[in-house]
Amino acid sequence: MLWEIDLHPRHAEDDRAAAQLVADAADLHWDEPLQAASARSYLVQGEALNAESAEKLAGELFSDPVVETAIVAPIGDASLHATPQRLEASENAQLVHVLLKPGVMDPVAQSAEAAARDFGLEIDAVRTLRKYWIAGEDSSKLSEEKAQQLATRLLANDAIEQVVVGPLPFDRLQLGGDYKFEIRTTPIRELDDEGLMRLSREGQLYLQLAEMQTIRQLYTDMQRDPTDIELETIAQTWSEHCSHKTLAGRIAYKDENGERQFDNMLKETIFEATQHLRRQWAKDETQDDWCVSVFKDNAGIVRFDDQFNLAFKVETHNHPSALEPYGGANTGMGGVIRDTIGTGLGAKPICNTDVFCFAPPDTPPESLPPGVLHPKLVMRGVVEGVRDYGNRMGIPTVNGSVFFDSRYLGNPLVYCGNVGLIPKDKSFKEPQPGDFIVAVGGRTGRDGIHGATFSSAELTSESESLSGGAVQIGNAIEEKKVLDVLLAARDQNLFTSITDCGAGGFSSAVGEMGEELGAEVWLERAPTKYAGLTYTEIWISEAQERMVLSVPEEKWEAVCSLCESEDVEATILGKFEPTGRLVLKYAGETVADLSMDFLHNGRPPVIREANYKPLATKPISLPERDNHNDDLLNILGSLNVASKEWIIRQYDHEVQGGSVVKPLVGVASDGPSDAAIVRPVLTSRRGVVISNGMNPCYGDYDPYHMAASAIDEAIRNCVAVGADPTRIAILDNFCWGDCERNETLGSLVRAALACHDLSIAFGTPFISGKDSLNNEFSYAGPDGKKETIAIPPTLLISAMGQIADVASAVTMDLKQSGNLLYLVGNTDDELGGSHFSLVNDLQGGRPPQVNTQSALQTFHAIHNAINQGCLAACHDLSEGGLAVAAAEMAFAGGLGAEISLAAVPAEGDSICATTRLFSESNSRFLCEVPPEKQQAFEAAMSEVAHAQVGAVNETDRLTISESAKRQVDCSLSELKAAWQAPLDW
Amino acid sequence: MSPRVLVLRAPGTNCDAETAHAFQMAGSSPSVVHLNRWLESPTRIADHEILCLPGGFSYGDDVAAGRIFANQLRHHLADALAEFREAGKLILGICNGFQVLIKSGLLDNDGPEGPTSTLDWNASGRFIDRWVHLEADSSRCVFLSGIERMYLPIAHAEGRFATKDSSTLEKLANSGQLVLRYVPNEGNPGEMNSASGDYNPNGAAGDVAGMTDTSGRVFGLMPHPERFVDRTQHPQWTRLPESKDGDEGAGLAIFKNAVRYFD
Repeated sequence: MLWEIDLHPRHAEDDRAAAQLVADAADLHWDEPLQAASARSYLVQGEALNAESAEKLAGELFSDPVVETAIVAPIGDASLHATPQRLEASENAQLVHVLLKPGVMDPVAQSAEAAARDFGLEIDAVRTLRKYWIAGEDSSKLSEEKAQQLATRLLANDAIEQVVVGPLPFDRLQLGGDYKFEIRTTPIRELDDEGLMRLSREGQLYLQLAEMQTIRQLYTDMQRDPTDIELETIAQTWSEHCSHKTLAGRIAYKDENGERQFDNMLKETIFEATQHLRRQWAKDETQDDWCVSVFKDNAGIVRFDDQFNLAFKVETHNHPSALEPYGGANTGMGGVIRDTIGTGLGAKPICNTDVFCFAPPDTPPESLPPGVLHPKLVMRGVVEGVRDYGNRMGIPTVNGSVFFDSRYLGNPLVYCGNVGLIPKDKSFKEPQPGDFIVAVGGRTGRDGIHGATFSSAELTSESESLSGGAVQIGNAIEEKKVLDVLLAARDQNLFTSITDCGAGGFSSAVGEMGEELGAEVWLERAPTKYAGLTYTEIWISEAQERMVLSVPEEKWEAVCSLCESEDVEATILGKFEPTGRLVLKYAGETVADLSMDFLHNGRPPVIREANYKPLATKPISLPERDNHNDDLLNILGSLNVASKEWIIRQYDHEVQGGSVVKPLVGVASDGPSDAAIVRPVLTSRRGVVISNGMNPCYGDYDPYHMAASAIDEAIRNCVAVGADPTRIAILDNFCWGDCERNETLGSLVRAALACHDLSIAFGTPFISGKDSLNNEFSYAGPDGKKETIAIPPTLLISAMGQIADVASAVTMDLKQSGNLLYLVGNTDDELGGSHFSLVNDLQGGRPPQVNTQSALQTFHAIHNAINQGCLAACHDLSEGGLAVAAAEMAFAGGLGAEISLAAVPAEGDSICATTRLFSESNSRFLCEVPPEKQQAFEAAMSEVAHAQVGAVNETDRLTISESAKRQVDCSLSELKAAWQAPLDW
Repeated sequence: MSPRVLVLRAPGTNCDAETAHAFQMAGSSPSVVHLNRWLESPTRIADHEILCLPGGFSYGDDVAAGRIFANQLRHHLADALAEFREAGKLILGICNGFQVLIKSGLLDNDGPEGPTSTLDWNASGRFIDRWVHLEADSSRCVFLSGIERMYLPIAHAEGRFATKDSSTLEKLANSGQLVLRYVPNEGNPGEMNSASGDYNPNGAAGDVAGMTDTSGRVFGLMPHPERFVDRTQHPQWTRLPESKDGDEGAGLAIFKNAVRYFD
């Protein structure tokens, strides 16, 4: 029998879900003001369930009687449909149900089933749903059609949820269907080129013609047709997502400096820089190669201390987040955490970093192209998704940033990163012949089919309907359970290798692990969430929270009982065998038999051309100003610079107890920290420093300088809080548009060249990276023609530094009246792509460049000064330049400051006050120095450009003058208010 | 001999390591034990003096924070827990542990018609991580002995103390059980976070941040004392003069009180 339990807020309690709906409708300009009431509900199915047992469940499990009232009735009962009294328009409200689609992960229902059985009741299944009663504010009735529209736009996400207006149309929960085994083959040998491409498209393989032809040739030679699972396996392995074929492919690149041929672009730029540094360190006795494992495992590994190494990885989850922001970001976080868990023999995740790119949240709803979710809803969903995964896993999210540009409208970017701590002797893995292939963790379901191939395609207004199955929902607690047992199993040496099931599911995990050996897999053994999955669905499903281990036969029993002891499922799926083949079987029948060599090396090389044409430099014409108060307030209040406190405080940034420098610092804990510091080993004083650098605005001028600036920014953020500049490792993360266009690929290669040059110049190794191409959104415009929005080239540089003793850390808030303010580093005429240009809508000018030699000297000088205790505060100069840095330091510290522009160290004397205030020249720091440390500070700075530009005072104002003229004169409260206003949600 | 501490973890518990570390700093040798082990052998608690339920998201906060864990205690371990309490031993619940305690009735908050108080969603409807000023009633609870005020972090979504009605709140207050409250910062109002305004960040009834049972030996609190046992965990530590008490954070006092109780 199927019972429904509705839980309503008790009379004095807020109906928050209803209030949110009413507010969202107003926010997104819904036709008329609404009123609403809501309930959260459970459907519970069990043959023996009666009124008494259903009431008991409602009272002791599902409801909190202090704050909720429950309505318990068999499904369809009128009491479940009656409009709650708290809704005035009780006669006229429409009842709307929002349910997860069948087969979509419902973690709450899973937990509830187990908890209900703990009452000794026979339960078949539980499902959760949300109910709303909605009417016009004036008690007018919404039509059924309007209610459906409203729910589809604001309450449900079509990728995972369904809306039912009126009573629920079923009286039983479906528990999966039957599956009749049948091998499916595709007659690829007889297809012409057009047929091949149709197969590629319609089968969601997303492969190119040359690749399809190679596959056709293989099967022609073998004189048989491929099975569906073989084609899927090849497509997953060859997808852009899994093989990075464009950037690791052959590229003929041309720019103003001439032509260059790459056989493997990434290898010859970014990897090469790291190899160059390691060769240099190996030759020099005074140097030390502290890289442990780079560019080969799921995350890059470097040395931390005598006992531990650190693993670091940042991933993107853009396309899923565009379709279903919460689920996409949630599983993005879960996925990157699994990357570090699956690095070496397993790292313990110690902190997260997240960077997002959205269209402005105040985009008019009417202006959205079809198929696009409103950016405010996207942003809210993404933040909640990351929050719920990180918080529940107990991993502090300590660092991040958000960038806004209207070109991210249909294609937001979601970067999720994770740092792991790994014992030195657990940093490498190798599966052994004869090892069992063991799946650990969540069950396999129909969620997340075709994620790897879909993420390599362009998004369109129809992506949602085509690829809804590509969206997964996470269950963080399942992953936490898996983490707990895997770290224990690692420490007992129970497995020889581990990897995560990410894009491509078992297909990628087993394919990668068995690449050098060979593997046989018995697909019917995989535990599934429900019956009815085909062998192919089992193989490529991207259901979350699954890891694959290689377990020596004699250790299996120990793995099994360890997992069982903490309610984690572990299953033998097959065996690694030194056959060089990937053999897949279902119930004894062979459904695939491919050579590992063909899978991993058989893909025809992608050959592309890439061009970059530098922009002609245009001078920038600066507006005349009496003073720059408004410019400063406008930049502080621009979305990119503005306070992200609304996001930061939703993340637990202190769990694990190692928090040293938090994302918000200062006298009121609301100033923007340059980088975060955590102490991963509670008995040690050594710290990990996390920061990032990104500035797509500069990319519109020159991607080389954009990349160089991002690297400089990531490093200087790290150095500003006390990190040792010789122990900073960085990651690259390229999110670009469609790289089949020569110019788009050209801009990427140009950025990669900068990565190479800067990495070597700074002695800062890249240790891992990732790319996501095809970040474009297409839709049919008003005239029916195809319109495309491509994201701006976006390179995220994530930095992981180290600090020997966290007690030497410095924060950016001003500390003491009477202290001196020093500007370190030269200011140049570099307003191109600056935030001064952005808020004033100016074009032209030169984007910031990096002088690597003086930058490196500056980083070392600042580090020396910090180690000698010379700095009371230190802040890097970035968006908004000197003026913004000074304002942030002042209001964070609750102290005034007076600054003189005349003293600003500059290249040449010709630069004007506007430039001195707002130029975004790289490698600069504003430092607060106590008078008694002045001499030591000056000595530490002897080799680099620096000057005393002002002092800290007791006033509540920031004043910046040029000779007698006040360029900025604002109160701290005015500055802080401008900075906090835009995202104070 | 120092008391034996059992730090109890369940699926989704995630503050067990730092909580055990805090107990260790306080002079005990805690063991971290999975709930399943205790369920297998309910008497295993008998050879411990302190039971601690640390923070996290037990069972994912699915259904409601602490609910499923609390039901496990109610259904399977009620006798063992009753015996443990009657033996004069101590129980501490932090954050999710407090949610479990209050939903299991161990804080003497069940009336004849069921529970009279609970921890529900923050008034903002959101998870929040920030530091709060607290005032303690040091006379009613072993864990708060000698403590008047504290500055500690909270990090939760479902931490709003709520009672069935105002008379329940009054009754609990009169019985001296509401021993920890959010208070405005008297000394330095600047320390309050201006963006989130209020000193009581989750909207708790009576500003309640923690409560004890009638014996004073069972204590639950939403703030995380284990996150302030070292001076570098304080959000303004780079502004503070070096303390003469060394590097210890104020949260450690709660753990020391528990350990010292068995001296």
